[in-house]
Amino acid sequence: MAFLEVRGVEKSFTTQAGTTHVLGGIDLALEEADFVAVVGYSGSGKTTLVSLIGGLLSPDAGGIVLDGAPVSGPGPDRSMVFQQYSLLPWLDVYDNVALAVDAVNPGASVAERRRLTEEFIALVNLTPARWKRPRELSGGMRQRVAVARGLAMRPKLLLMDEPFSALDALTRASLQDELLRIWGERRSTVILVTNDVDEAILLADRIYPMTPGPGAVLGPVIEVGLERPRHRRHLSLTPAYQKARLGIVEFLRACRRGETERVS
Amino acid sequence: MSRGSAARFVLPFLGLAAVLALWTLVSHTVAADLPSPYKTWTESKRYIFEPFFKDGEMNQGIGRLAFYSLVRVAKGYLLALAIGTPIGFLLGLSRGFHSAFDPIIQFLRPISPLAWLPLGLVVFQKSEPAAVFTIALCAMWPTVINTAVGVSGISQDYLNVGRVLKLSKVKMLTKIIVPASLPYVFTGYRLSLGLAWLVIVAAEMLTGTPGVGGFLWQEYNSLVYSHIILSVITIGAIGFVLDRLMGLLEARFKSA
Repeated sequence: MAFLEVRGVEKSFTTQAGTTHVLGGIDLALEEADFVAVVGYSGSGKTTLVSLIGGLLSPDAGGIVLDGAPVSGPGPDRSMVFQQYSLLPWLDVYDNVALAVDAVNPGASVAERRRLTEEFIALVNLTPARWKRPRELSGGMRQRVAVARGLAMRPKLLLMDEPFSALDALTRASLQDELLRIWGERRSTVILVTNDVDEAILLADRIYPMTPGPGAVLGPVIEVGLERPRHRRHLSLTPAYQKARLGIVEFLRACRRGETERVS
Repeated sequence: MSRGSAARFVLPFLGLAAVLALWTLVSHTVAADLPSPYKTWTESKRYIFEPFFKDGEMNQGIGRLAFYSLVRVAKGYLLALAIGTPIGFLLGLSRGFHSAFDPIIQFLRPISPLAWLPLGLVVFQKSEPAAVFTIALCAMWPTVINTAVGVSGISQDYLNVGRVLKLSKVKMLTKIIVPASLPYVFTGYRLSLGLAWLVIVAAEMLTGTPGVGGFLWQEYNSLVYSHIILSVITIGAIGFVLDRLMGLLEARFKSA
């Protein structure tokens, strides 16, 4: 059995407007230290998938098993980084990270917890800003805090839901590079959900395209045959990059064409 | 000084002058018993310039009277916060508690202090605790309702942080729910203080306890009408200062 197994997961939402079948049978398997990306159009159900794996929602059908234990609710073994940061605005950077450190290391001494907190803040290069409140930080810095908090839980699985979508292009690129460096150092198991094909190729080992909803499913996996450590420069000129990009874009375009044909 | 700021500085005084002129006019024409501003001033001077003199239980400087009233309001107000805050949190946190008690609260909320006071006198037998009880009962509703709204409206994002970290109930409360709802709670506290001060006059009038409201009613009975106006202005001035102070405190919490 794989480290993370997502089997036939389905999810619908019922509102006054009716029932929407968002996910229609998602299958996904990850091994430890895998970096996997799920790429799809906005609104196809990517956030729902992340919330299901994170345990914030429960599936209507199918099951999720992480490291041999079925997922039945949220927990610090699956930390999440969202587009909207979700930092606590009344706590400074240090306390936002310390909240996670304290929660997962209840037995550790005060000095040890302080050391861990400082370590994770340093990992995302925020030591000079550690006494600032989130609203005093730029979007990029806030997302670094969210990443530090996510890693500070020492999760078995780090779930990232369009983490850099709200940032400007330059900040996004520098955070992607930083994530690449951190992953190189720590080899966490990561699922990155994004609508940015280039981001997925730059960061992930494998990419699953997601069909547009309703009833979204994952398309055939695309292996990114790029060696690590990767560097942004020249990467887009390599044949492996072009091949992966073409594969994803072709699949997503075909899905959308199919959809328009069905409608007309 | 620019034109705009000069106008801002001068216009309030023009407004005040207009009100005083209207008051003088009314006191000399239609309402003969209404003391004019001048008469009010001459008969009230001593109460203002010697604010802490005491000639008898009901003849004291306005500062002393205001102090009695403020102490009484403080007691009632603190009692209102002590009761209202936990009720507000329970209403916001528990759907069951909300269903059980929200109808009663909506029913009790609009009841006037004048209606509560006799009941307080029956229960406590003494005027002082009855007045404090009335103030507390009337002043606590904004705290209850704002706290409940603040707590039930906490962003799901913040609550999810606590869920993912599996925080204990106590930590969830102290680290997330209380700080997230604090701006609302403080708005409730400010409105409650305004109400507590509003109720003081009614409470003192009916119980005859020394204070600005009690003084007002006594001077009405002794036909010293200028002192009614003195009391009214004192009540207004203190209410204004209290609201501004709470506003400053609230702004501090909001920016925190």
